Amino acid sequence: MTSLFEELQPTIADEIQTTRVDIRINGESKAAQIEPRLLLAHLIRNGFRLTGTHTGCDTTNCGACTVLLDGAPVKSCTVFAVQADGHEVTTVEGLATASELHPIQEGFKDEHGLQCGFCTPGMMLSAKALLDENPNPTEDEVRWALSGNLCRCTGYQNIVKAVLWAAAKMRGEA
Amino acid sequence: MAIDEVKIGGLGASRRRVEDNRFIRGKGNYVDDVVLPGMLHMEILRSPLAHARIKSIDTSAAYAIPGVRMVMTGEMMAARNLAWMPTLSYDTQAVLATDKVRFQGQEVCAVIADDPYIARDGVEAIVVDYEPLAPIVNPEQALAPDAPLIRDDKVNQTNNVVFDWEVGDREGTDRVFAEADMVSELELHYPRSHPSPIEACGSIADYDRATSKLTVYMTSQAPHIVRAAVSMVAEIPEHMIRIISPDLGGGFGNKVPVYPGYVISILASILLERPVKWIEDKTGNLISTGFGRDVYLKGKLALRKDGKILGVRMDTVSDHGAFFADAQPSKFKIGLIHSAFACYDIPTAYLTNRGVYTNKSPGGVAYRCSFRVTEAMFFQERMVQAAADDLGMDQAEFRRINLVKDDDFPKRTPFGFLTDSGQYEKCLQVGLDAIGYDDFQNQKAEAAKRGRLLGLGISTMTEPLGAGNSREYDILGIKMFDSAELRVHMTGKAILRTGAKSQGQGHETTWAQIVAHELGIPAEDIVVEEGDTDTAPFGMGTYASRSTPVAGAAVSMVSRKIRAKARKIAAHLLEVSDEDIEWELGRFYVRGAPDRGVSIQECAMAAYSNVPDGMEPGLENNAYYDPPNLTWPFACYIATVEIDPLTGVWDVIRVVAVDDCGVRINPMIVEGQIMGGLTEAYAMANMQFITFDEDGNCVGSNYMDYLLPTAWETPGFELHEVVTPCPHHPIGAKGIGECATVGGPAAFVNAVMDALKDIGVRNIDMPLLPDRVYEAIQTGSDVSGHPPVKNR
Repeated sequence: MTSLFEELQPTIADEIQTTRVDIRINGESKAAQIEPRLLLAHLIRNGFRLTGTHTGCDTTNCGACTVLLDGAPVKSCTVFAVQADGHEVTTVEGLATASELHPIQEGFKDEHGLQCGFCTPGMMLSAKALLDENPNPTEDEVRWALSGNLCRCTGYQNIVKAVLWAAAKMRGEA
Repeated sequence: MAIDEVKIGGLGASRRRVEDNRFIRGKGNYVDDVVLPGMLHMEILRSPLAHARIKSIDTSAAYAIPGVRMVMTGEMMAARNLAWMPTLSYDTQAVLATDKVRFQGQEVCAVIADDPYIARDGVEAIVVDYEPLAPIVNPEQALAPDAPLIRDDKVNQTNNVVFDWEVGDREGTDRVFAEADMVSELELHYPRSHPSPIEACGSIADYDRATSKLTVYMTSQAPHIVRAAVSMVAEIPEHMIRIISPDLGGGFGNKVPVYPGYVISILASILLERPVKWIEDKTGNLISTGFGRDVYLKGKLALRKDGKILGVRMDTVSDHGAFFADAQPSKFKIGLIHSAFACYDIPTAYLTNRGVYTNKSPGGVAYRCSFRVTEAMFFQERMVQAAADDLGMDQAEFRRINLVKDDDFPKRTPFGFLTDSGQYEKCLQVGLDAIGYDDFQNQKAEAAKRGRLLGLGISTMTEPLGAGNSREYDILGIKMFDSAELRVHMTGKAILRTGAKSQGQGHETTWAQIVAHELGIPAEDIVVEEGDTDTAPFGMGTYASRSTPVAGAAVSMVSRKIRAKARKIAAHLLEVSDEDIEWELGRFYVRGAPDRGVSIQECAMAAYSNVPDGMEPGLENNAYYDPPNLTWPFACYIATVEIDPLTGVWDVIRVVAVDDCGVRINPMIVEGQIMGGLTEAYAMANMQFITFDEDGNCVGSNYMDYLLPTAWETPGFELHEVVTPCPHHPIGAKGIGECATVGGPAAFVNAVMDALKDIGVRNIDMPLLPDRVYEAIQTGSDVSGHPPVKNR
């Protein structure tokens, strides 16, 4: 069980009302004792120590914190961790297996779809949600699907290419 | 057989980036990812008012919250002589406010707690009693005779003027204007903007009393400057300070200055003897940290009837907010704004600048540009287009007449820089051919039949990138050179460290390519490290497109030192004298006997196992590089737009970019930089600005109000290149990271103005929001200044 309060003085931990959540994250079952106000992004980052999920803007605009909740992209800075109780979460750390990158990851590297890398995890998860639904998207469909994720470095052109590259590979064409 | 340079990842290879291996796995290491044992968390209370006297601060309710360890106030900082700190422009800035607050978002208190949520609770429990003062939100108000004094903390400050600065030949310019056939005038405002990397600022200060050592993880583009600044401000010996700048989630100039949050977290760690983490939220970043631009221009061009520009006059006013905290070379008060018109052959020029204080956030950082050159090139290219229109001359032809010719180099620019090379007309022609310039009028006529207005905008410019040289360029007296240190291990693998600091530019990939080019060691055998002041050689950091021009040159030079030593080892191994040794990539051989040779790797092994008598063992060295001049890339950006006159919405049809950044180390990365820069240019032309209401409230304090383009709006880009190697850079490279941000905005604005010129509109100030374009179309007149923000 993950407790988010291990570094608090025990007396303080007693005063804070907590609740238990059970979440399947990247295929592993985890439980955590948390404050109800804790955001899912912070449980993932600070509780589960999966720091690939980034927080960028606090207002659900930038999408750096995008994860998949039961396969659908959500901005985890605007989801309470308790809302994920009993659900399945996928983060960037769940994209690759030990030996193999996901085609979207390969695409981002091959097409130079990232520079500083901060938006990349969220961007890739939005892309995964798109390709899971639509294996053969047009450029416009990719741009629309990623329009909830901001990137300041690339100008998006190579991100779009990366997603189309991955789509082709996943269809067995590359 | 000679090594294929591209195969080993040398110069010109579009090598895939090594840093991506961690980023695509979510294994980057940004400041907020760092967790230290016993770490506490800090949050900052910011002023809700733009200008107010602090009457009292009550922190008792915050202290009553379980888990709150300390509440820091200006008074506590003042007791340690830390309430104010020096800025990078020889001004002072409040760390925590003591007397009054001078902009909305100014740091007033900080709460340190066991958990970030508790720290935030603590911030909300603090009660501050303010006495509101009249806010000043623009230079006009600041310069009014009865304006309240913002900086009453400064002895001898009697008004809101920060400085007056001038450059050029005033009398000569007056004379030229008196004799000109025609004078073209234009007033412009480059609105305030914010670099806004997706990752905001943050720090983790860790003071260890046992060793007296202070370690700070920090979002810094220039960690060595920070080490020096912290040493001076906090009076900690420099060798007891270690600044670690890990992966940065973008910078764009925003992460050059030293911010109050860093300083407060350091003092908190010293007082509490625990690591203290401060992670800024987005609003804090947007309303308190280094903004860009906010400059007003009255510009004039003296023209001859045949289209020759005879003289330039630029009178500018810059709004610096409450503290003059520009990050820029100390000799130049308004950065390198006087690089304006550097690509044009203009004999006479004069520029004035007045800097003013207002009740707005401090800064004026070089937002993705080489110290205010973005303003310079925007003003330049808007003035050029207006002048062409005033003369009734074709805008491409007008540029062609005035661009510096290929054989005129070296050429003194109108304000005194020295440009050294370029093929300006060729770049322009490549751009015109690519966009189909000759056919555009037909397209325009076609669109008119559909009720749409088409426009084509050109922006041509050269900009000064890569400060130093150190004679002219310093920050706080520290000369602007840069450094590299290379250690070649016995098996021929190597580690390279530089004083630069990547924020997405891909140094780990490209620096290794330079070493591969110089030594023939495959790039994949070289690991690159930056950002840790305990291990990296001293350097001035990464901003102003200076990494490749300065640190990149240092990488070349240190590699050449290594090669020189390896040559001696090779001579020893081959049993010939030094003079009989020839070099080809990756290998020394005996002159006249190319089969008799040793590889660089064999030399490396010998450096540790078989050196000649009298030679020091080992194969490592360092280089400090002080460039003889700036590098001068040239760019031609052309955009075409279509306007719907019924809504004022304009869509980009095409964007053509022709960049001459000299030799390209990694073309893939260069193109990535150009596309990113074009996107920020498009953003500034279209939507991205920070403004204030009359009470000094920042409008644009979050991403709901501060609009950044998404993949949906962002146009596609067509890239072309011309290569004029830089004559003084060791591998002929020039800066490129910022060209498109600098030169791009004018291309978009010129395109919209080109579409509207027939209805009498000469200027709309950025951003060209649809309502402003619509207003201009409806009234047939200009729309100027910040978009008005009315109070409810």
